[in-house]
Formats: sequence, structure tokens, C-alpha cells
Amino acid sequence: MKITYPHMGNLYIVIRALLESLGLELVLPPPTSRRTVELGVRHAPEFACFPFKLNLGNFIEAYELGADTILMAGGVGPCRFGYYAQVQREILEDLGYHMDMVVLEPPDTSWRELRDKIRYLIGRKSWWEVIKAIRFAWFKARAVDVVEEQVLYLRPRVQQTLELEKLYREALKKIDEAPDKKSLDRVVDHYLALMKGLPQKPGPFLRVGLVGEFFTVLEPFANYDIERRLGSLGVEVNRSIYLSAWINEHLFRGLLRVKGLEHTKELAAPYLKSFVGGHGRETVGSTVDYALQGYDGVIHVAPFTCMPEIVAHSILPAVSKDYGIPTLTLYLDEHSGEAGIVTRLEAFVDLMAARRERKLKGEAGKWIFT
Amino acid sequence: MTRVGIPRALLFYYYYPMWKAFFTEIGVEIVVSPPTNKRILEEGLKAALDEACLPVKLYFGHVLALVGKVDYLFVPRIISAEQKAYICPKFMGLPDMLRARLRDLPPIIDIPLDLRRPENTLDDFLKEVGHVFTRDRYLIKRAIEAAHRADQRFQELLVKGYLVPEVIEDLQGSGSSRKGVAQNWRPLKIGLLGHPYNIYDPFISMDLIGKLHRMAADVITGDNLPSAVIDEQTRFLPKRLFWSLSRKLVGAALKFFESENLDGVIYLTSFACGPESLVSELVTRWAKKNSSLPFMLLTVDEHTGEAGMVTRLEAFIEMIRWRKRNEDHLSAYGKLVHRY
Repeated sequence: MKITYPHMGNLYIVIRALLESLGLELVLPPPTSRRTVELGVRHAPEFACFPFKLNLGNFIEAYELGADTILMAGGVGPCRFGYYAQVQREILEDLGYHMDMVVLEPPDTSWRELRDKIRYLIGRKSWWEVIKAIRFAWFKARAVDVVEEQVLYLRPRVQQTLELEKLYREALKKIDEAPDKKSLDRVVDHYLALMKGLPQKPGPFLRVGLVGEFFTVLEPFANYDIERRLGSLGVEVNRSIYLSAWINEHLFRGLLRVKGLEHTKELAAPYLKSFVGGHGRETVGSTVDYALQGYDGVIHVAPFTCMPEIVAHSILPAVSKDYGIPTLTLYLDEHSGEAGIVTRLEAFVDLMAARRERKLKGEAGKWIFT
Repeated sequence: MTRVGIPRALLFYYYYPMWKAFFTEIGVEIVVSPPTNKRILEEGLKAALDEACLPVKLYFGHVLALVGKVDYLFVPRIISAEQKAYICPKFMGLPDMLRARLRDLPPIIDIPLDLRRPENTLDDFLKEVGHVFTRDRYLIKRAIEAAHRADQRFQELLVKGYLVPEVIEDLQGSGSSRKGVAQNWRPLKIGLLGHPYNIYDPFISMDLIGKLHRMAADVITGDNLPSAVIDEQTRFLPKRLFWSLSRKLVGAALKFFESENLDGVIYLTSFACGPESLVSELVTRWAKKNSSLPFMLLTVDEHTGEAGMVTRLEAFIEMIRWRKRNEDHLSAYGKLVHRY
């Protein structure tokens, strides 16, 4: 059994830790590239969301490398993600790529379903070993997040940006390679110290919150590397969701106490009273949250035709008006052009800078466009 | 008398008979927005988000058409219409989207309808709606009974072969002009798949049903199949479909594909519909693999031109006629022999 799974940001590090500590053989799809997109777009339904197409491209490329089993997550609606695996399997079958698909999701009828699926994967390994593996994978997720958070903070600040990116890549590689918790901690401490040691520019810096659909937020290829672009424009990005928070929310059902998006539900309530699947409500709530924390703006990213985020986007102008915080929504898919995105980001950054300047001069608080 | 506005869009086509009976019994006047027209479309396009799908944009237009004419807007938050299933995320946030984007709206009745768990029932929902207008528990109880009766009658008529718009038209008129028999006399029979608010709204669908009728084709939709048939057909899906409308659609599609007396299947979907993007892919693949019926997928939005649609429809029907006439006259080496 050669297992593969789709890319989502640095998720590959976490899942690799999980599978390898269970002694499973895995075939990682090559990093998402233009070719992945082309393969995905060619075979996926036209109006499927972008993550679907990227996943499909990943699977095909992994198949070419010899993978025969796909590990996939699922859900029970109403977001389309919950039915990805079934449609993807149908497409792969029709293409003649015969692969097994193991979909881990909240079970429909009984927990035995989920247990059987895991049993199928792990063979004769004991449950204790599974728990140990999950624990280790979790530590890796946390390690990745700690490093990423630091990188987001430092990007606008450091003078040698390329050096920072290099350290970031090295850190990820070392985290990926770390064989145990002890060396993992050592790697994280080592690289955090190196990064913080880089010479920095004096502030202040614009602060922007990044909200939206989790795949697009977490996968740099899907969001056209928006965090790095903003960083190079001198903006500190705060991300509403991190890998570990997503894992905690979706796979552990919120068992662990890490900062997630639980609190955003209440903040969203005056605008959106019901959950709408995916991260729609969290998007609205996080925008309010960022406004309350005095951020300069919020950037909302989503794949084209994403249903929950369309609901959120419909509502964001009301939030923006009430709290006086600018928001920019970007729908991204295979047709998005880099130049168009860069132009809009630059314009948005200019707008935030102008607002901040006016605020400092004491003309604060007024919404420009009324 | 208090007037409650019901937009003629989205699930209007499923729930109208029930809402009508309920509100009439309570003693509330119902105002339904006019059939979709150019003006409603334009107002909707202006008010709604560009990225939203056409049906949602039209909903905005229909709401605007009611503003100023009614005391309440009835926009229930339809989260789930059956156990373990949803409709679509956009339905769940509909009242919020309206509030965020439109000003000076009359009070919105946005009581949630959430039947995902067995302990929530339609009766509780109706009770809550009734409490907006009256404290009379006995009256509400009578209204609920009336609603159920109306819905039952509606379902019976559908199973007999009547199309949803015919029944609704009848309800809005005198209620007695029921045509004697359901349609069943035209030479062709087409299975029509699609969301109710797409196929039954003559503006969105460009009167697809009327056009088919004029081309001498009877139309049968998924709504004409008893729910037991849908359940039966969807039992063996690889995974339970968690969108009610899509599940119904897939069930109907599978039934159509194995049907002996259908001549073709047309699937109408709106541009950028979320659930449909995946479901239509599955249905199209199954149509190719498991069925020999002619199958056509039509995608519409506010930019669709009628001429393009008519051309495709005519070609499709023409093809079916040829096939009917010539299919059995194949020469031994597979070439079609024309007989005129």
C-alpha cells in the first residue's frame, strides 16, 4: 500500500509524521505546480471549486509516481468539500487510474465505519501506537505554526527578506526531518532565534487580517502567495486560521485547547445568525475580531463559486461600514492573473496607509466612502 | 389585514401551497411577488453580490418587488428540510444577506427551519411562525392541519403527473379550474432535471417547459416521482448526498436512466451553482456509462441568450425524432440508412 494525500500548505509535514511513525509507505505528490493545475482543470468539473481541482491534480501526479491509495478528509455538508472524494474517485476511475480511497470523516451511521477505515490503513498496529503517532504529528503541526507565525511577523520588518525566506524553508525541512519531539523543539528554538537575530527596520507597520476559506488561506499556491506579497509591501499579516487550529477543529472536534475560531461565532452573530458551512461564519466573525483589535484592514480570500464565502462576502460590507475597517475580497482560481492580484493588493495597501495617516492626524474614524 | 410578502423565488415552488394554506387559516393576507421579469432581474443584479448564483440574485429582486407593499417579509432560514441533509449554504444565510445589503426592509420573519435532527419538527416551526401573528393556540393548530392537508394534496397532484407551476397557478386562481387529466398525450416524453427554482421559473429557464410542450414533448420532473422512488434510487450511492435538492435530482436522474418510456433527459443548471457543480458531473458521467438515453446539460445565467438555447433545444429534439424513426434501420456495418 502506497499512500498519498493532497497538498494543503505545510500539511504534508504533519501527515508524513503521522503515517511514517505508523510504518506506512507514502508517496508524496510533487509540490503543487502549474502542471498540477492543468491536470486538475482538465479533468475536474468546470464549476468545482479550486481546491477540488488542485486535489485532483495532486492525485494524478501521485499516481504517476506509483501511489495506489489516497488518504482524504471529508465532511457531512453543506460545504462541497464533503463530497469531493466521491466525485474525485469517479473521475479517477473513468481515467483508468485505479486507486483506493480512504476518506476520514465524521461517520454517517456508526463510529465503527471510521474505526474500520483506520484499521484498514494501519493493519495490525495497536491503538496505542496510533495515539502516539497522532500526538507526534500534532507536535509537528504546532511547530510549523509557531515558525509560520514568526515569519508572518518578521516579513515586513527584516531587512534581508531573502535570508528570512531561506531560514523559513530550512526550518520547514528540519521540522519535516525531526525524528522525535526533543529534536523538534530544538529545531524550532534554533530557527526562531536565527530569524529574530536578523536586523530589522523600525516600525510602525500596517497590520492586516487574512480571513476566508481555509484551503485558500493555508495553501500559498492557491492564494498566489499572498502572505509573502503583502510582507514585501511592508504589511504584517495575521492569519485567522492555522494548520493546527484546523486539525483541532475538524479532526479532533475541538478537543484541544488551542486558539481556534470558536469565539468568532459570537462576534458574527449580529450579522450572521446561522452557520453556513465551511468557514463562512468564522470569516464574518474574524473580520469583526480584527476590527476590534484595531487592524488596518482585512483581506478575504476564497475560491471562485465557494458557497459559504459568498454568503460571508455578501455580509462583509455591513461589517466594514459599522466598524470602519476596509475589506478586500479576492476570488481565486486557475484564471486569476498575478498582475491583477498584485495591483489590487497595492491599491489596498495604499488605501490602508492613507487611512492610518489620516487617523494619526486626528481625522480618524470616518468611513471614506459614505 | 396583515399582509405577508412571499418572494416568488427559490423554495417558493415547493412550499407555496403549504404557506398559503397556513397563512390563510391564520387570517393573514399573502402577497406573492409578480412572476420574474426584466425589472426584477435588474433590481436583483444590482442588489446582490456578483458572485452569487442567478436564483439568489433573483430572490433579491423579488424581495425588492415586495418592499412597501407588505407588513412582513416571510424569509424563513431554511437550514434543513429533512433529516441529515441541508439545502445549500446560501439558503442558510439568506435573511442575513438581505439585511446586510438592502435598506428599509419590512420586518423579516426569519425563523429557522432545521429538520436535521428528528426532535425538530415542521409543526414546531409552523407554531413559531403562527405566534408572530396570534396567541390563539387553537387557531394555530388548525392552521398547521390545513398546511399539512394542502401539502399532501400538492404531493398527490405531483405524483399524478401535474407540473409544479400548474398546481401553483391553480391555487392562485379560483382553485377549481383543474384540467381533467395530467399531460400524457404528446408523442415525446422528456425527463427534466434541475432545481425547482430553475426549471419552474419561466424567466430563468426561458420557458423551457413551455418550449418542450410546443415541440410536442411531455415533461416529467423529479417532483413527479414519489419520494419512495428517490429513496430507493439513492440508497446505493457511494455516500449519502447531504443536499436535499441534489439528492432528489440524482434519484430522479437514476430513475430516468432506467426508464423505458422516456425519449431523452435534459438537465438545467445555473451558472456557478455549488452543489450542482459536483452533482452534474456525476450525473453526466452516469448518463454516458449507464444509459442510452440522449442527455443534454444546459447552463443558464443572466447572460444567456434565448436564441442559443432554442437552437440547442431544437437540435436535441430533432435528434430524438430521427433516432426514433431510424434507430432500427441500421445496416450491417453500422451506417445509418436514411428513410424519407
